[in-house]
This record gives sequence, structure tokens and C-alpha cells, in this order.
Amino acid sequence: MANVEKDPVSGTQTTGHEWDGIKELDTPLPKWWLMTFYVCIIWSIGYWVVYPSWPTLNDYAKGVFETTNRLEHAKEMEAVKQSRMVWTTKFEGKEISDVAADSELLNYAMAGGRVIFADNCQPCHGASGSGAKNFPVLADDDWIWGGTLDAIQQTILYGIRSGHDEERVSDMPAYVTDETITPEEADKIADYVMSFTGQGTATEEGETLFADYCAMCHAEDGSGLKDMGGPRLNDGIWLYGGGKEAVLSQINKPKHGVMPAWVGRLSETEIKQVAIYVHSLGGGQ
Amino acid sequence: MKHEIFEKNTILLAIAILITVAIGGLVQIVPLYFIDSTIEKVDGVRPYSPLELAGRNIYVREGCYLCHSQQIRPFRDEVERYGHYSLAAESMYDHPFQWGSKRTGPDLARVGGKYSNAWHVAHLIRPQDVVPESVMPMYGFLANKELTFNDAGAHLATLRAAGDPYTDEQIAAAAADFSAQASGEGDVDAVLARYPKAVVGDFDGDPSKITELDALISYLQMLGTLVDFTTFKPEGEMAR
Repeated sequence: MANVEKDPVSGTQTTGHEWDGIKELDTPLPKWWLMTFYVCIIWSIGYWVVYPSWPTLNDYAKGVFETTNRLEHAKEMEAVKQSRMVWTTKFEGKEISDVAADSELLNYAMAGGRVIFADNCQPCHGASGSGAKNFPVLADDDWIWGGTLDAIQQTILYGIRSGHDEERVSDMPAYVTDETITPEEADKIADYVMSFTGQGTATEEGETLFADYCAMCHAEDGSGLKDMGGPRLNDGIWLYGGGKEAVLSQINKPKHGVMPAWVGRLSETEIKQVAIYVHSLGGGQ
Repeated sequence: MKHEIFEKNTILLAIAILITVAIGGLVQIVPLYFIDSTIEKVDGVRPYSPLELAGRNIYVREGCYLCHSQQIRPFRDEVERYGHYSLAAESMYDHPFQWGSKRTGPDLARVGGKYSNAWHVAHLIRPQDVVPESVMPMYGFLANKELTFNDAGAHLATLRAAGDPYTDEQIAAAAADFSAQASGEGDVDAVLARYPKAVVGDFDGDPSKITELDALISYLQMLGTLVDFTTFKPEGEMAR
């Protein structure tokens, strides 16, 4: 290029351009920078060779490592599975009660169960099973479907009104809507239900109505029938809110909670672990 | 120092840029049309039902993807928490896809069936009622917005133009399928025949009307449920 000259002050060459008397230095890049740049280029060639890189016409270069993210993932999961086999093989074929009776397995189940619970159950049942309105507390001894290890495992496996063939299901009828009882009668039933916990005035009519329409699931004394999934009504613990108004609302327009089936989503060992954890939260029977 | 030629001749510069970009484009784009293994064929993935599509539109409108990704990467920690890693085929009918790039909230790629409808209602109305530490905003207003999807057929036809395999039958029945899926009344069997594994019924606990909440929950409840991973096996190059 024309007009390239040595700049007397810095000692480097100019680019040879000149605009309105202004010339531009052509300072070379630092050597360390250039070397890094060239090393990166060489490194990238190595990368092309070992990892999947260039597309070809109807395929792509697979690289000599012959690896993919999925393959690495599969290897990692296999390794995890192997390392857990030490424990999981001991769970296999064992009844949940036998697992809970073995202090070593119990330890393992509790540690894993807590994590599984936090990932999967906590959104509805709250931290440590503290529950929320419409979602049962698991830390008390008020169980709709039973609080034994087997009952808890059954509920987790197949869920409640989950659509699974083995689901737990109970159906509170909408007696008022289908005109089996009148709104006045519903009111008397609600009063009677409240009287279980000493909050309402029990009438004889209410008692008869309760016995006729409610007792087959909730038991005559309101203590509930776990086989039917009829919740206990005489302990002051309410799933859909306490007070006569909430009880009346449940009679008039019954809510039916749904719990998904976890079989398929969690492994059988994981379900045993989390069932043992839930059993330990305070209400296990 | 021959670049002086290009610097002083813009036409030549433009032609040189075109050639350079064309080479890059050819190398990167053209092979994708010929490589079979980039598109894994997976059983079970189907286009969205009209109700799910309406829900998906609400999901996009509310910007859920800003906090929730829909892509489980093939890493142990993600798979153990969220389930099987996502497959490309699972978002093949997403226009645009909702992979997202940020997880302020959890990944939703397989949230379908994980919680009950009632939980979704409670959670969307006030997330802190069920998850006290949540920073998610409240979406209770969706329950009050009645949803009429009269142009459901037009939405499906538009997506067909974008490549989704909706049939004439599906487009013609779109409005009927929409209300049947949201109410559980009407020709539900036809909905399930056209859209296998669709979740049917009243979602928001108010059977008297179809709301945006119904649609959004119907979409959430089917996310990640279409592929049966008990039978799924990675195929071809993907299996390596």
C-alpha cells in the first residue's frame, strides 16, 4: 500500500491512509493475544474431530468419541441406579411394614421420602404435610382413607378419583340439588353435624336425617368410615372449612378432591419411601 | 492489503458479502433438509385440541414462559425432578415453542396430571395459598373471563397452513369439540377420538360457563402426557 511510513514517535508503521492530514497507526495485536487466538483455532479442530460437528449431505460427522448428550445422560442414570441398587434391591419384594421395621431401610426411606415429598406432594399437602384449605393435612391423625402404612401406600399408588382403575373413590351425593332432601332439612343436618363438636343444637329431626342420609359413610356418631372414604365429622378438623356455613355448602354443593395416581410417575421403591415418610409426619397408625 | 479494492467498490463488497453468507447458509441449513436423524419420530404426539389451544394462547399471552421453561434437559437433576427429558417431537406443534430460558418457577414440560384441577385453580387464583414461598403473581381474573372461541376453526386452519396436520373434520368440529371438552357434555367420545389423551371435564369448578381458567388448566393438564415413556425407545442416532 502506498504511503506506508514509520511513525517517528511510536516507531510502528502507519496504515498508509490519510484523511485531512490525519494518519492512522497500524499497531500489531499483542503477541499473547494472537497466540491464544491461534491455539483456540487448533483446539476447535480437535473438537471437530472428537465431537459431532460438521453436517454432510445427508448425515453429519459423529466424532471419534461417538457420544451424545442422551448417551452421557443414560450412562449417568445407569450409574446412579447401580449405586442405589445397594438399597433398592432390599426394598424389592418387601412389604412396606417390613421395610419400616428394618431400622437401616427405614433410615434410607426417610431420607429419600423427604425429598420425594418436597418435589411431588408438598405443593398440595404443604411442607411437612401441614396441608391447606381443600388439601388434607398429613401431619394429624385424621385420615379419610386410613393412616396405616398400607393404606397410605395404596392412596399414593393409585390416587383418589384419579381415573386409575384402582383409584380410591367416594361420592358425596348432592342431596339438595337432586331433591332428595329440602334445604330446610339440609340446614337441620348441618346443625346436627355441628353438634358433634358442641357448636350447634342437635335436633331429633336432624339426628334422624343424618342417620338416614349420611351415616352410611360418615357413621352414626360422625366418626367416619375409612373403607367408604367417609370423612370423620366429629373431631373439629375440616377439609373444606369449618363452621356451619362451610358444612352446609358441602351438603348443598359437595366438593370432591382429586389426588393423582403416582404409580408410573414414581417407582415402587420411591412410593414406599414417601409412604413411610408421610406415616412418620405425626399421624401414622 | 487487498481489502482496499472492496473498500472502494461497494457493489463488489456487496457481492463478496453475499457469497460469504451464502456459503455459511448452505453448510448450516441445507443439510437439515436431508438429515433424517434430526427429526425423531415419536408415537402419541398430536396437535392441540381447540380448548388446549385456547389455553396455550392464554399461556403465551400471560408470558408464562418468562418464568417457566418447558424443556427438561437430559441431566440427572432435571430428570429426577421433572421426569423424562423432553423430545423435539413433543413441541413439534408449538407455534412458537415455549421452551423458555429462565426458571424462576419450575419447569412445566411434564406438569400434566401431576396436580389436581382444584390445585391449579387454587394456585392460579393465589399461588401463596398453596405454596407460601411462591413469588408467582395471581391469575384469579382468568376465572372471571368467559371464553368464547367462536373462531376455533379458523385458528386450526391457520395452524394447518403452518404445517400442523389438522383434518377437515377437526376444523369443522372445532367449536363443538371446544365446548364438549370444557364441559364433559356433548360428543366427548368424538373429542377423545380426535385428540387422544385430552383431559375432559369442568376444570375451574364452575360448570356454568367456560372461562379462560378452564382453557389454561386443560392445557397444563396435558403438558408432557402424550408420549408413553414406558414404551418409548430412542431411535437411530439418538439412541447412541
